[in-house]
Amino acid sequence: MALQLRRKTHESVVYIDRDSAPRIMPSGEDFILEDLPIGTRVLYPNPPIKGLPNREAAIRYALNHPLGCDPLFAQLEPGMRVTVAVDDISLPLPPMATPDIRQSVLEIVLDMLSGHGVDNVHIIIANSLHRKMTEWEMKRMVGKKIFDEYYPDRYYNHDAEWADGLIKLGETKHKEPLTINRRAAESDLLIYVNINLVPMDGGHKSVAVGLCDYQSLRAHHEPQTIRDSNSYMDPARSELARKCDRLGKIVDEHLNVFHIETAINNRMYKGDMDFLLRNEDDFTAFDRMKFEAMRYTMSKLPRPARRKLLHSRPAQYEMIACHAGKTEPVHEKIIAKSFDQYAIPVTGQCDILITGIPDISPYNVYSILNPLLVQVMGLGYHFNFYRNKPLLKKGGVLIIHHPCYDEFDHKFHPSYIEFFNRLLPETRDAFVLRDKYEQEFANNPSYVEMYRRGNAFHGAHPFFMWYWGENGRQHVGKVIAAGAENAHVPAMLGWDRADNLTEAIAMARSFMGSSAEITMLHQPIIGIADME
Amino acid sequence: MAEPYTSFFHYRETLALGYIGATHIQQLLLSLSGFEGLVWRTLEEHLAAAAFYDLEGTLVSTNLIHTLGFYARNEPGLVRSFKKSAATLFSLPVFAITDQYSRKVFNDLYFKRYKGVKEDRLRYLADDLFISVLKPAVFPGAYELLEKSRSLGLRQVVVTGALDVSVKPLMEHLGIEEYVSNRLEFVNGVATGRLLPPVMAAATKASWIRVFAEREGLSLSDSYAYTDSMSDLPMLSIVGHPAAINPDMRLRQTALHHDWPILNLK
Repeated sequence: MALQLRRKTHESVVYIDRDSAPRIMPSGEDFILEDLPIGTRVLYPNPPIKGLPNREAAIRYALNHPLGCDPLFAQLEPGMRVTVAVDDISLPLPPMATPDIRQSVLEIVLDMLSGHGVDNVHIIIANSLHRKMTEWEMKRMVGKKIFDEYYPDRYYNHDAEWADGLIKLGETKHKEPLTINRRAAESDLLIYVNINLVPMDGGHKSVAVGLCDYQSLRAHHEPQTIRDSNSYMDPARSELARKCDRLGKIVDEHLNVFHIETAINNRMYKGDMDFLLRNEDDFTAFDRMKFEAMRYTMSKLPRPARRKLLHSRPAQYEMIACHAGKTEPVHEKIIAKSFDQYAIPVTGQCDILITGIPDISPYNVYSILNPLLVQVMGLGYHFNFYRNKPLLKKGGVLIIHHPCYDEFDHKFHPSYIEFFNRLLPETRDAFVLRDKYEQEFANNPSYVEMYRRGNAFHGAHPFFMWYWGENGRQHVGKVIAAGAENAHVPAMLGWDRADNLTEAIAMARSFMGSSAEITMLHQPIIGIADME
Repeated sequence: MAEPYTSFFHYRETLALGYIGATHIQQLLLSLSGFEGLVWRTLEEHLAAAAFYDLEGTLVSTNLIHTLGFYARNEPGLVRSFKKSAATLFSLPVFAITDQYSRKVFNDLYFKRYKGVKEDRLRYLADDLFISVLKPAVFPGAYELLEKSRSLGLRQVVVTGALDVSVKPLMEHLGIEEYVSNRLEFVNGVATGRLLPPVMAAATKASWIRVFAEREGLSLSDSYAYTDSMSDLPMLSIVGHPAAINPDMRLRQTALHHDWPILNLK
């Protein structure tokens, strides 16, 4: 009876009982089917909010009815210098079906600029220290027409290592420096086009992080800031957000920023793969058939082909809100809308948190989810999907399910390889790593050139990935990597290893007690556990 | 140069490395007390380091054949120029095959082509070679790489199999003062087609670097090496930070195998 009552708390919260179906879990490029212990609480993504019926109209309305400033058209004068900055490929995930929201916004904005005699326009991808986007990705993001007109001279990636292309705006009273893209800083108007996938995105982070240099970034991308963010998905309790806001004040002092933010729903898949987002108890025979067909097909393919197949499936996100104007009021509205979509009311922390790690992260688009990225998805993103207090009790066990293969992408993640193989055997202490090695990696001429002229993440980026897991690492008592195909990767990351989920749960129970409360995040999920 | 203790973490890290001793505790207390007048060193002083570069194919897109072709084209007299150019052209397959087989054999064959060339003529044409062939061939990313490397305080050293007379203007252009290259043997001002030892190729480059580092007090573990060719594998193998630049297929595979960075300076 108790179980029956508990099942009704919220449509996204499901308790496993005796007749529950097994649950689908992503594990890297695979999907597995697991029977969970009775009483396990499973959190599903909320049903997607219906997308706005006319995306273009919503964007035009936002531009003409901005928050805290004049409409965009009223700010334009012939001959003025305008820069449009856009989020990079790390948003949204997976890359969305075309036309991308950025393309829709750009088409309207550029048309408006042209109509007002503004032709000195550059489009800059605010990739910060992320990898630069490839030509193909850039074209896909904005569409052929804009690409042909602006690329490569007026449509390009931000370069955080090009000294002449950067300018220092100042520093906060806490001595946090801010150096940003010179073209953006010296424009009469900076228009920022954002897609808000998780509550950490957008706001002052867009300009102050997306267009900054390494020295500016390291002031807040550091272990203590992450430890003090509970969580960084909750702007009100995020030290990272506070620091970005401080830097944003400097931006607002020097630049005229017109911020366009958009919120999207969580319709990651639809049609042939939408069953991945639904409760398995509600599956039809056709859903089960689709899953078995997918699993069979995947099992016959080598891993790179499976990866390629998954990455070729664009997400079906729809825009649910668009606001424009001054950064703070715009962000406030978008965050509220995001939480409408993502917040799942949850009562009570758990002792054991289970999460499968899908092949989706901001840092492995069209690439490999290497061990450091598995770490950042488990202890970073998935652990931080909460508001108020962590979903997992202090000292609890986090079970992640992933093969933990020792594979890296040499083109995108060269510095990760050295970080993993050379530094982690020496120490996993984030403070030591930062003090002793971060600058060496950041200044390594090879990594700098690979970032600047290639498509590599910056040399310091693996450090940020390690710090990103810092509050999770401090909070959990143990991490168990279930389904890990080797022993050394979990060992390097400081984790225990189990062959499968059943073994992992047994290990976790031996650590937390046999009556431990278990919760599973049903991946892929973009959701925030709104803890009471 | 090592820093005094800056934080407790630094102290802990030193403990972990096994450097602890009574003196170190004393140093820790002093550094934590903020007494900046005393500069105490916790670890042994770091050695200086260097960045070693191959030249052709690495910093510039040309190779030895371009240089030979330039000299052949500029032979005095139309007939001689034509004959030399044609001979160079017909030698290309041989050069390509021998380069795959052995850099030493390639060098023996290649430098024989200079037999009979006058030293003053090579020097006379060096500036033209630089302006018309080498300078336009410098990879755009080469300037950035050198600048970044210099900013780290690394000594910039080019180790090349090209001829000393032909690379000198390029070295001046790139601001590189330390370089070692091959030298032709001249008898009465005329090239014999042989090289003076040490011949800079393959393992000899690595030997030279090792001796140079020892003489100059450089740490090879903290040094960098850049090359485009598999024949320079020994040079990459002796430094702590090897990298392949615009590598050939064999070097690319080796770099991938060893997880070395692969740069594209084009």
